[in-house]
Order: sequence, then structure tokens, then C-alpha cells
Amino acid sequence: MSQHEITFTVNGESQSATVAARLTLVDFLRDALRLTGTHAGCEHGVCGACSVLLDGVPVRSCLTLAVQADGSEIVTVEGLAPEPGTLGILQDSFWETHALQCGFCTSGMLIASHALLAANASPTEDEIREAIGGNLCRCTGYKQIVDAIALAAERLRGSNLPAKEAADDER
Amino acid sequence: MSAEPNSAFRYISRKRRTKEDHRFLAGNGRYVADIALPRMLHVALVASPYPAAHILSIDASAALALPGVKAVVTGDELASGTDALASGLDIPKVRRYPLAVGTARYVGEWVAAVVAESRALAEDAAELVEVEYEPLPSVSDPEAALDPSSPPVHADHGSNLLYRRKFVWGPVDEDFAAAEHRIEFRARWNRNATVPIETFGVVASWDPTAQLLDVWASIQMPKFPDQLAKALRLPGNGVRVHFDVDVGGSYGVKRGIKHSVLAGYLARRLGRPVRLIEDRLENMRGGDAHGPDRIFDMAVAFDSSGIIRSLRIRALDDVGAHAGRAPFQLGKPIGAIVGPYRIASVEYEAISVTTNKTPQEAVRGFGQSPTNFALESAVDRVARHLGIDRIELRRRNLIRHDEFPYTIPSGSTYDSGDYHAVLDKALAAGGYEDLVRRRDAAREAGKIAGVGIACCLEPSGGNSAFEPLFNPKNETTTWMDSCSIKVDLYGGIVAMMGTSSSGQGHETLVSTVVGEVLGRDPETIRVVHSDSLSALPSNSPVGSRMAIMLGGAAAGAAKKLKATITAIGAHRLGVAPEAAEYRDGDVMLASDPGRRLTFDQIVEIAHRKFHELPPGLEPGLQSAHVMEVPTGGTLPTADGRVQMYPCYAFEAHVVYLEIDRITGKVAIGRYAVGHDCGTMINPDIVHGMTYGGIAHGIGAALYERFAYDGEGQLLSGSFMDYLIPSSHEVPDITIADHCTPSPLTSFGQKGSGEAGYLGAPAAIAGAVNDALAPLGLSLTELPMTPGVLGDLIAGAG
Amino acid sequence: MKAAEFDYVRVASVEAACRALAEAGGDGKILAGGQTLVPMLAMRLLRPTLLVDVNRVASLQVIVAGGGEIVIGAGTRQSDALADEIVRRDLPLLAKALGFVGHVQTRNRGTVGGSIANADPAAEIALAALALDCEIVAQSVRGVRTIPIARFFQGAMTTALAADECLVELHFPAAPSGGGRGCGFHEVASRHSDFALAAAAVQLALDGEGACRSVAIAVGGVGGAPLRIDAATERLRGTTLAAEDLAAAAAIVREVVEPASDLHASADYRRRVAGALVERALLDARSEALAGRN
Repeated sequence: MSQHEITFTVNGESQSATVAARLTLVDFLRDALRLTGTHAGCEHGVCGACSVLLDGVPVRSCLTLAVQADGSEIVTVEGLAPEPGTLGILQDSFWETHALQCGFCTSGMLIASHALLAANASPTEDEIREAIGGNLCRCTGYKQIVDAIALAAERLRGSNLPAKEAADDER
Repeated sequence: MSAEPNSAFRYISRKRRTKEDHRFLAGNGRYVADIALPRMLHVALVASPYPAAHILSIDASAALALPGVKAVVTGDELASGTDALASGLDIPKVRRYPLAVGTARYVGEWVAAVVAESRALAEDAAELVEVEYEPLPSVSDPEAALDPSSPPVHADHGSNLLYRRKFVWGPVDEDFAAAEHRIEFRARWNRNATVPIETFGVVASWDPTAQLLDVWASIQMPKFPDQLAKALRLPGNGVRVHFDVDVGGSYGVKRGIKHSVLAGYLARRLGRPVRLIEDRLENMRGGDAHGPDRIFDMAVAFDSSGIIRSLRIRALDDVGAHAGRAPFQLGKPIGAIVGPYRIASVEYEAISVTTNKTPQEAVRGFGQSPTNFALESAVDRVARHLGIDRIELRRRNLIRHDEFPYTIPSGSTYDSGDYHAVLDKALAAGGYEDLVRRRDAAREAGKIAGVGIACCLEPSGGNSAFEPLFNPKNETTTWMDSCSIKVDLYGGIVAMMGTSSSGQGHETLVSTVVGEVLGRDPETIRVVHSDSLSALPSNSPVGSRMAIMLGGAAAGAAKKLKATITAIGAHRLGVAPEAAEYRDGDVMLASDPGRRLTFDQIVEIAHRKFHELPPGLEPGLQSAHVMEVPTGGTLPTADGRVQMYPCYAFEAHVVYLEIDRITGKVAIGRYAVGHDCGTMINPDIVHGMTYGGIAHGIGAALYERFAYDGEGQLLSGSFMDYLIPSSHEVPDITIADHCTPSPLTSFGQKGSGEAGYLGAPAAIAGAVNDALAPLGLSLTELPMTPGVLGDLIAGAG
Repeated sequence: MKAAEFDYVRVASVEAACRALAEAGGDGKILAGGQTLVPMLAMRLLRPTLLVDVNRVASLQVIVAGGGEIVIGAGTRQSDALADEIVRRDLPLLAKALGFVGHVQTRNRGTVGGSIANADPAAEIALAALALDCEIVAQSVRGVRTIPIARFFQGAMTTALAADECLVELHFPAAPSGGGRGCGFHEVASRHSDFALAAAAVQLALDGEGACRSVAIAVGGVGGAPLRIDAATERLRGTTLAAEDLAAAAAIVREVVEPASDLHASADYRRRVAGALVERALLDARSEALAGRN
């Protein structure tokens, strides 16, 4: 079993580590880096709870090997708020509409919708549902999540920043 | 009773942000898998590939030879070191341990536990454990299991029948004989469950000096600490369950008692913390968390006017290979066995059988949603039989607003309701007339379209009256819950609850209630989850009970605290408490509000100035309240009448859907629900649970099934085959609120944790059958998948 | 669900990938998007000794048009292909199929070549490739060869690729819609993003009179491998795709396919629905083709 030196950026911080070939990115983030906001729900790529941004793109971290993150920039839910104790506009919109209950799928939902809003300032309801279509939630029936993302889009537009920058600002 | 949301409240029923969401949104939740203890070991399971087999030998030598592997434990070892897990029924020869002992009884049953330095290593070793099996004949069909010639799942028990009783409440035979019409049909609710996105997990750590087992678990289970201690042969105070673990969804099933006993045993034996987190495959096959698997044989007696006189219900439920509490899921629906309808007599035969399938666990509604599906199917069939509009037929049979409190034949009294008003609101919210026009236009265009209606009850307040009903040796008549409050030296309020939460927002509930009673901003009130050693008794968030029971306990504790504060203030003001007035923590003379003591002054007196306290009052500022379930406290009658839960919420669903003629795919075009759970403590939370319950009901109706092949192999053991609805499958949903307060609770609240799920499968099935009716087809089996509907429609030519 | 142990090597070129596969002696696997491979590793259904990561091989992630042909690098992300102007313009059938593949997150990692190489009987990209008559370029230390798609799929999850071969490129003949050409893709899945219970891809060309000049039909979810239904093609050629022609083609589809029953649908269902989806795809293709003539 090969071991590999990797260097990467997590939530803006540059780090390096030695990882076994078979270690998945989600296990690496959670167990080695103790970034436990990203959750493992199914470990076979269906539920989306483990979603993270890899070089700006939302991916399943259970289907990505840690070694593959070498040289990459990773953003997890812990990296979405402007500073500790605060929430970004998207997160705050989730709070406003109560877009979660148990919270287990929430980080994946935030990652998926963050990526949507970075690319699309005025998503339709269908586009919102498509963006979170790969993230299963068992609590909410999705309604308050869809409402939250629409609310966040509206607030981000109102913030007089292009959605991309405003979304980046949230980190 | 008012039908308007109660505006008398300051915090209750208001749009307020929850206390819990912030930490989850920051990625700061603390779930069991987030707990990492020094020197923690990891468990993987060896599972039976056979539905039934004798375990002839287990050779762990190759596994133990792997560096980093600490132990391989078998069922024989565990059975000598622990007691069998508790069973609800009086069936002493159906014994269950966390690992199979001698015989494996279903595919996926845990046969051995492997403990290693990492989970990956434990899995490597689990593959090396050599188990020699002797396959046995098995049974996986509940009707076949009833046949005395079927292979017994538990040979010592003698048969596969776990429970059978025919209840007769009222003159059923006479009512059937006198009725103008009778119909019979079968309804099939196939096996599904709540399947939370977080699997079950537990971390256990043994302190040999304190003789104390610390447990962190994603648990939602009454009496969990007690049962854990008993199975591990520890005193109750030798186990400390930490209730501050966030549970990643449960909706009933997170009852990992077998996981926890195993982890506790291993932690003691190995002297190191042990973590057992199910992976998804273990969760689906061996997590013992499937749901009801039920066949209803229904007979209905009714008159030409549409009045339903009597019901005969035979419910055969397949609990899988072990019993646990699952057979009680046939008992809870007795509390609402006639639904929201005036039906004078009922016969109910409840039959529980065991088969070689994954054991069943409590699922949202505890058997009520399948029963509601059968009842509403009956009502629709009566309407169709008579050619009476389904809504009109329901209106004729629904209990009227002026008839409450209303006692049903099986002994429960419904507290309050205004079913006709809520149904009307649902129809208005769904645009019922438009939906009918839309359906008819779609049919004109050659489409298959239907409208569904379902009315149902959510019994709430969760006592456990089905326990003594189904097991006379069990005389449980209380199912209390508790809350304590303390105020610190500087006026900070802390409220303590004695159970974990799995998304229900209990911190919001308690802070809102305490804030309301004390007139203090809920934002400033901290709510903590105690551990089982420091907590007052709780029966956990089951049976849709926490708004009533935890809310009631919190209100009770806050009222006691308010009385204490008033007494201190009055004493210092030199008047009797009756002459003083409490306002937002301050106490003043009723006759002269200028003469007052502030909250801070009273807190200081309580904490520092014993000489200023009224005689006989304890120093400090604290209170506690343990609440009995309203209407609880009595055993069933000999003929099986009992007050089940105290409160009854009502919901009316309206759904429009179309079915693709070729592919059989259902597309839901409109969904609305009228909902009355009395006073809503936090409307966003109630609405969220209702939306989520409907989504879960859509899953049960159209997508989700734990299916087995003829050989007892589970076919849907991963998320590739067990199909949970996504944002594409769940439509936008409209909720129309109504409020009929309960006269039995602190603020008129009822339960809502099962809302939506209890009626959605019935409503969707009703809509599918409305759509199929013009083709001369009907279907009373869930789930109604494209494969099933496509074949059915094609068969009609 | 942790994978069994394996070694890992990241390569910078196709040649290096081929050398690594050769050295692994048949026990190596190419790691591209990983969206199918990694779950199979986690469930221990596959146990390669070596993963050869080709995600940083730039030459595998290109889309080039020229000479009436579109070449798509096997490592092209599904999301990139879906968003690509060339694909949308010249390979609308592939674009339609890509819209049915997985979710945003899986398309962001999953590759066009990976889907083909996995040969899942219900995968969408394979159907488009079959209907478009694409050619597959595979490379190994033994050399480069071209495999016609018609000979590529050999059964469920099995292909003509040798264990030491790396799928490099997909060569598609350009097939823009309009001007007498059109395409259609229909699928039914249990949920929006599931693998197909049945799916159909159609690529059609009409002559100046509106008669069928050529048509290719592929169906999926109905048997061991994604399947091209050439007998239906024969039946349709020269016809105006009238209702009876479509019905006849669908009947041929139902005769030819050999689906199995499973948890989600019966064999009869798949057979019946495959035929109906072919009809629907043909209708779409015809209306695209006719619209383009105006």
C-alpha cells in the first residue's frame, strides 16, 4: 500500500500531510484534519452529505481519494463563514427559513448551493432543485432549502456585488 | 375554542429563528462520528450471508494475525458476558443478542465483531474471519410464516407467531348484519423505513476506577440507559449516556441498543474506547431498522347514505427475525383505530409474525401511517361503491367540532378538533375545484390523472399504553418527561433536558416556553442536554410527544420558578405573594407598580442573602418539574380498551398527479395539506417537519422498499436501490394552518413530529386510484413504482 | 465501507499510464473521475493492486472539431462536455444524453470516457456513442488501436478493452441537428438521476422528400450491454416515419431486446417501455429534422 506526500489548501490555509492511497478525502478531512463539518452519509456517492468544493467545483469527497487533492484548493463548510462565530449570507438565509432540522445534510446543501450562486445570480426554482438534486435530505422535504437559496440569491444581488464575488466574500 | 392562531403569546407561535440551526450551519454540530477519544478502537462486523444457518465454527486466527487487530468477538462470548436484549412482548424464548448466538436468522445479521486500530483495518480483518455455516430452511413471507409447517425462525419459541389477539369493541356482528352494504379488500404496506442520512453510531469508554461506562450515541430511544446497563449487567448508575450528541436524523429508528451493548462490552473487555459507526451497507442490512411490513384485510359495513357503521381489520405484521418493540407498532394505532370518523364498532385482529428478514424498529408514527393508508383506502372504496363524492362522504362521517371530547370504541378520547374546517382549508389551499378541472382536461387529452384526498389523525403525547395492552406482565402507566431550570448568580437562565435531539428543535422549544412563562427573551436562555446520570427522567422524543411533554415540563418548571421569584419579591416588599405581581422577572406591588424589585435584585437575594429569603425557602434559584402524560395512569380494561395518547392532531391532504401511460411514472402536480396541531410553539419547526413528513410519505408511496428475493436476500441494501426522494421528486407543498388548542396541554399544543407522513401515502394512493379508475383498475399496495404501475396499466390493454 | 489496500500512481501522460498498467500485469485500473470505480472499491467489489490516476493528463481533456469529426478526450469531465459549445452544436444527441447522467457533483468529476469504459447497461453516454457510431481509440504499450463502438460493448460491465489498455479518445462524426437531421433521447428512471430502467437514443437523417435516409437507434437498460437495433433501422429507411412505421420499429425493438427482471422493473416492462421510448425519440428526432429544413 503506497503512502503519499500531499500539499493542499483547506479553507485558505496551506498544509501538507502523508496519506495512504486508499484514504478517501472525506475521511482525511474528518479524521486527520478534524474538519468534522463535512459528513459521511453513504460512502458510495449517492447522498451528497460529503460535498466539498475542490478547486471551486462541488464534488463528493467520498468518491475522491485524499491523494488526489494534492495541489488542490479545498473549501469545506467550515470555510464558508467570513470569520468564526459569523455566518455568510447563504448560511444566514438557511437560518432565516429554517432550511434544516438535524443538520446532517446541511454542509453538503450549503456547498452545492454556494457553487450554484457563484455561477448563477438569479437561479430559477428548477435550477435550484437541479443544483441540490444530488444531495439527499430526510428532514425538510427540501421546501425551506429551496426558499433559503432563493432568499440568498436575492440578498446577494442586493448586496451590489456580482454574485460570484459576494459568494467568494463569504469565505 | 379559537380557530385563530393564539396571539396572546409573546414568543410562542411567533416566527423566531431556532437556537440550533446556527451551529449546524457553521459546521459545528457534534455528531457521534465527530467524537474522537484517545486510543479509540474501531469495529467492523462479519455478517451472515444466509437467511438462516447454524454457525458451526468461527476461525479468527487469520484476522487476529493482522497487525493492529485487537479482538474478534463472537456471539457465544457475548452471550456469556451480557444478558439478552429487552423484548416488549412476553416471549422469553425469543432471545436476541447483538451478535448471532449459534444460529443466524437473517442476511446481514452480525455474526462476529472485529476490533482494530482503524476501521479500514477492521474491515480487512473481517474479510479474514472464517465462518462455517450449515444453511437452514428459511421463511421470508409473513403469510407463509403463519403456516405451522413453516421453518421456525426461533426454534425454541415453537412457532413464528409472536402475538395474536382479536379485539372486539362494540356490536360489530350486529352492525355488519344491519348495514346495507359491505365491502372487503386487502391493503399491502411493504417494508420501508426512515433511513436517516446519518447511520447509527456509538462510542463507549470504560473507566475501571470509577466503574463507569461513558456512552455517546446517535440515539432516540426510551429507557436506553437503563436497558444498556441491564444487558451489560451493570447498575443503572454505572452507565452515563451523554445526551449532548447531535443525532443526524432518526424519525423513530435510531434505537441502536444492540450496537451500544456490543460497543460497551468491547470497551470494558479491551480497556480502550471503542467506536462502532455503521457503514451504509451494515445500516441497511444489519442495523435492525426496517419498518412495518403489513398486510391489512379490511371489511367495511356502511349504509346507502354513506355512513360507515363498523370495521373489521385484520393486520398481519412481519417484524423480521427479532421482536424488540416492533410488535407494539400494531398496538399504537388502536388509539386512533377509526381515524377521524364516527364509527360505532370495530373488530381489530393484530397478528405479529417473525421471519428471516432484518428486524423491524420503530418508524415515524409507530404503525399509524400504514393503518391510515388502510383506513383511507376503505373510505375511498365506500365512496366509489356508492357513487358518492369522496369529500362529501368524509364530511358525513367526520367527527363534528361540537362532539369533542369524543370517545372512540377502543377506549381513547380525542381531545379536540375541527376536522370539517381543516378539510375545507386544505381544499381551498390546493385549489380543489381547479384540480378537478385540470384532471378532467388531462383525461380528455388522453392522460391518466387523478386527485387524492386523505384525512387522518396524529395521536400525540406518547405514553406507552400499548405495553400493558400487549403484555399484561408490563404494568407501565406513566411515560413521564422532565425539565429543570436554574438561574445563576448573575441572572443567566439554564434549562436542562434529559434526552438527545435528532432535529426536532428541542432547545428552541424549551427556551421559547421558559421565556414565555418567565417573560425573559428566549435568546438569553441556554438549554443543555444533560447526561443520564444528572438528568431527570425522560422517555425521549418518541410518540410525537415533546411539544406536549417536554414543553409541558418546561412550562411546569418555569411556573414553579416564577412562583419562587414572586415569593422572594413579595417577602422583600413586605406583602403576601398574592398582593405582588410578576412581570418579566421583576416583582412589584399590584397596587403600586413603582414599588418593585428587579429580577437581578431577586436573583442576588436568592444566591447571597439568606436573611432576606422567605422562611422555609431554599437558597439559590432553581426548579424542576416531572410531568405525567395527560390522561395517563390507567391500565387497559379486560376487553382491551385503553386511553392511548392524550392529544390528536388532524391533517387533510390534497394531491394531484399524472401517470405516464407507458412508463408508469407518477408526476405530482400539486400538493396541499391542512394541518391542525393546536398551538404551534415554533411555526417554522412545525412546517419543516410537515414538509419533511410529506416527502417521507412520498417515498413510502412511490419509491422506497426493502425488497427481498425468494431466497431471503435483501435486494435494496444500498442507496443505489433503496430510493429516497430527492429535490426532483418532492414537489412544492402548500400548508394551510389551523389551530384548535388542546384543553390538556400547557399552551394548547399537540404533537407534530409525524405530521405529513401519516397521511401522504394514503393521499397519493388515493390519487393513483382516482387516476386508474377510468381504466377499471385499482391498486392497494405500496410502493407504487413505475415498474408496478407500468405493468398494471399495460395489463389493462 | 473502506477500500482494500492498493497502490496509487499519478501519471502525466498517456504513455506513462500505459507503462504503469503494463507493469501492474492486469491488476491495474485507470482512475479517471472515479464516480463508479471508487464506490466499487469501497464495497470491495473490485480489488486492483494499482490505481493509475489520469486526472492530470491534459491531453485526455480536450474537445477538438475538424474534418467532419469531433474528438473528445476520454478524460473530459461530463460537466465540461455538457457545457461545451462544440458538443452542443455538433453532437446534440450526446448533449441530450449527458443531461441525464447523475447529478451536478458526479458530472463534475465523472468523465465521458469513464462512463463508456464502465459499460453499465443503463448508462446514457454509451447510447449516444452507439447511435452516433463513434470510434474508440485505445492505447497500451503494445500500441494504439481504434475500436468501432459496435464492437466495443461485450456485455454488462465488459468491453473490448484489454486490461493493459487505456481509453484515450472518442471520435464522433459531426451530427448537428437541422438541415434534415435530428436526434432524440428518452429515458425513464425511478428517480430523476437514477440509471435508466430503459432508455433510447436516436440519430436521424431525412432526405429532401422527408423520407428517412439513415437512422441509428440504441437502447439501454434492457440487457447485458447497451444495444444498437439495426433491424429497426432497416425497417425505417425510406419511410416517412409515419405512425405505423414507428410502431413497427418499436415492435422490432421489443423483439430484439432480452431484458431481465429485477427489483425495479419486470422484463416485460423494460421491453415494452424500450419500444415506446424509441418511438418518442424518433418523433423528437423527426421534428428536429423537419424544423431544420425550414
